[in-house]
Amino acid sequence: MPADMLAQGIKAGRISADQYEANFADLHAPLDDHEALVAADRCYFCYDAPCVTACPTDIDIPLFIRQIATGTSDAAAKTILSQNIMGGMCARVCPTETLCEEVCVREVAEGKPVLIGQLQRYATDGLMAKGVHPFERAGSTGKRVAVVGAGPAGLACAHRLAMQGHDVVVMDARAKAGGLNEFGIAAYKSTDDFAAREVDWLLQIGGIEIKPGVALGSDVSLAELQDDYDAVFLGMGLGGVNGLGVEGDDKNGIADAVDFIADLRQASDLSSVPVGRDVVVIGGGMTAVDAAVQAKLLGALNVTLVYRRSRVRMNASVYEQDLAASKGVRIITNASPKGVHGNGAVREVEFEYTDDDLKPTGQTVRIAADQVFRAIGQSLVGEGLPTLEGRKIKVSASGATSVKGVWAGGDCASGGDDLTVTAVAEGRDAAMDIHAHLMGGAS
Amino acid sequence: MADLTTDFLGIKSPNPFWLASAPPTDKEYNVRRAFEAGWGGVVWKTLGSEGPPVVNVNGPRYGAIYGADRRLLGLNNIELITDRDLFTNLEEIKRVKADYPDRAVIVSLMVPCEEEAWKAILPLVEDTGADGIELNFGCPHGMSERGMGAAVGQVPEYIEMVTRWCKQYYSKPVIVKLTPNITDVRKPAAAAHRGGADAVSLINTINSITSVNLDTMSPEPSIDGKGTHGGYCGPAVKPIAMSMVSEIARAQDTAGMPISGIGGITTWRDAAEFMALGCGNVQVCTAAMTYGFKIVQEMISGLSQWMDEKGYTDTSEFVGMAVPNTTDWQYLNLNYIAKAKIDEDLCISCGRCYAACEDTSHQAIAMSDDRVFSVIDEECVACNLCVNVCPVENCITMEQMPVGAIDPRTDRVVEPEYANWTTHPNNPSATAAE
Repeated sequence: MPADMLAQGIKAGRISADQYEANFADLHAPLDDHEALVAADRCYFCYDAPCVTACPTDIDIPLFIRQIATGTSDAAAKTILSQNIMGGMCARVCPTETLCEEVCVREVAEGKPVLIGQLQRYATDGLMAKGVHPFERAGSTGKRVAVVGAGPAGLACAHRLAMQGHDVVVMDARAKAGGLNEFGIAAYKSTDDFAAREVDWLLQIGGIEIKPGVALGSDVSLAELQDDYDAVFLGMGLGGVNGLGVEGDDKNGIADAVDFIADLRQASDLSSVPVGRDVVVIGGGMTAVDAAVQAKLLGALNVTLVYRRSRVRMNASVYEQDLAASKGVRIITNASPKGVHGNGAVREVEFEYTDDDLKPTGQTVRIAADQVFRAIGQSLVGEGLPTLEGRKIKVSASGATSVKGVWAGGDCASGGDDLTVTAVAEGRDAAMDIHAHLMGGAS
Repeated sequence: MADLTTDFLGIKSPNPFWLASAPPTDKEYNVRRAFEAGWGGVVWKTLGSEGPPVVNVNGPRYGAIYGADRRLLGLNNIELITDRDLFTNLEEIKRVKADYPDRAVIVSLMVPCEEEAWKAILPLVEDTGADGIELNFGCPHGMSERGMGAAVGQVPEYIEMVTRWCKQYYSKPVIVKLTPNITDVRKPAAAAHRGGADAVSLINTINSITSVNLDTMSPEPSIDGKGTHGGYCGPAVKPIAMSMVSEIARAQDTAGMPISGIGGITTWRDAAEFMALGCGNVQVCTAAMTYGFKIVQEMISGLSQWMDEKGYTDTSEFVGMAVPNTTDWQYLNLNYIAKAKIDEDLCISCGRCYAACEDTSHQAIAMSDDRVFSVIDEECVACNLCVNVCPVENCITMEQMPVGAIDPRTDRVVEPEYANWTTHPNNPSATAAE
């Protein structure tokens, strides 16, 4: 064990350069040609295939796999991308184990699904490597649409609108487009700057202008956008992070998991990213797992993920839980944060064990921590937004909000899981509805 | 994206993929589903003469050969021509053609070898508005016992005679569907040509028994303990069909006669290969019966992608392009010399090439103690067996020896000139090179 792994406090450079490289390599090495053919061969080309039904973007999975099997993976890529313009990223980050691959008849029958996600990556990577963009813009409609948020929902919406001939301006509060693909997903799922490369590739359609560093509220108001554009799509995600709500939440060493992941993703050198010796991540979703696993991969000695309910209730899939465990993350469930101890900087987090209904048991445990990440959910921020439903913008099935001429999709909108693939579907469908309104004059 | 529209005998269809005359095209319901799925045309399942329809067995009609993972490689059937009323079929054909004017609708026919029988049915077919007819001279089971199907297709004189009647009593294109259950397929093709056929289509199914049940000692499919030969089709028959197509495409009597290719076409690539051998379009059955009509989408996208990559804008640009390269053995260049080469980086050391070469070929592969396999050029005749049995793509390749090099097997210089068996000194009837 390198000595730096034992050093207390939040420190950078805990492991060797080789270890960083190995730890943050592609989670799944891409399939080579032979592997892709063998994997494709297992697809039964099911009728009314369950995998398609399970895909939020309705990709024709049997068709694209058959296209791979018959040596036309570019046609396969087009099949994928015509439904899901971010098929490349979704191939990497989709929880396929709870979507297409979960219902694959070979998963159900044999416990071994067709490798749909990896095959999708094989096809889309192949096309993108050639620099080919397989879609063309329709003739200009002269209509202008503002998209707020350059994440999966906003970009999918922008691309589909641009395809239909509209001019699109995409604003994003951050300095760079990509949203959570760029800032919020574990590095080992998006290696070689894939998120940025995918955005560049997507923009080849033309007619899309990206305006980074423009935030809704502080830099531009919804009313201004409504005045200046023919339609507005809101896809700014969830900007706020929920607090722990316990005493000591503000001690040094406590941070939001999303910020930790964003800093890590944007770091040019992983050895410059500091991490604690004893890291505690509080939460049970994908963000919690991504933070916990990456903390471990950065060289933290002990990483504990603590979730207040039971394991079956965790939003992170079983696959993600197993991934965390395999990387050495300890998962504690049925424990709710009760207090943070330490003198200035955090030293311990105290949890109280709970039952599945979150009823306290009176038994507590203290876990050593010099770094704590909050990953207990994010929330919508902003004022003057369309009517909310719960804590998100209320939308119709096609993404229309309560405000005429304003649509919304992705994490900031109600309905659907907070997944990249869901955001893409919502952005795409809203674009088609916007298009219908703009061209039909019904808006 | 390449335009797949094809013009076959003046019959236009949005793509070259037609469904062959078979169960998938037996009735309006299926054909409408096929057209909705994207098929360019159909050959309606064979109609017989007016009167009580044929009857089918009430047990299994199909038998199959499987590869690993139960991939269906070959299918045979003992189903007969349509067992539905003639006039029901004709009404349905008329309706479907009216609703799908851009798709090809061909009517397959099989009636007794009598002029009156053809004279009776042809006007009825003409009235449907269908684009043409296909004469079923191919089914090898059941109907052939009654003097129809393959029983006609095996007698060139009958083919010519019936084709002539059809050209006389029917105004639109006549396609003659050939049986492969014959020694030389060029003979029935030439007979069809003489009779005035606009095209031939081939192959129909091959006489076959797919398996024998070793408990009941009955061939499969078994009907109450007895089986009969059926017609074999599916991926397994493709090489046989392509050879027959090529024979007709390059025969003097029939060269240039339009061909509709049939036989195990499962993917866009299969279709492209048939077309390269001279087929103006292709007909598909088993692939649709195995995977459903939706597979045509892959055929369309695949052919289109390939045509784009090759710069073809119309299918007619590559139809027949492989025909001039299909020749007799005696014209193959004997001065073309190659050697197998094993890529040690790709080799997974399974030793299948070694077993094949050492046991059954030329002892031209060496195996070291640490399982490194290499080719012994002094022994290698470039037979290609090692390439064929190697499980890794491109691990073993055939490398052509350059002109002027010395073949270590024969110690002879690789000559630049083309030289074939007809001029070879070992050939007793060789003609001396000028």
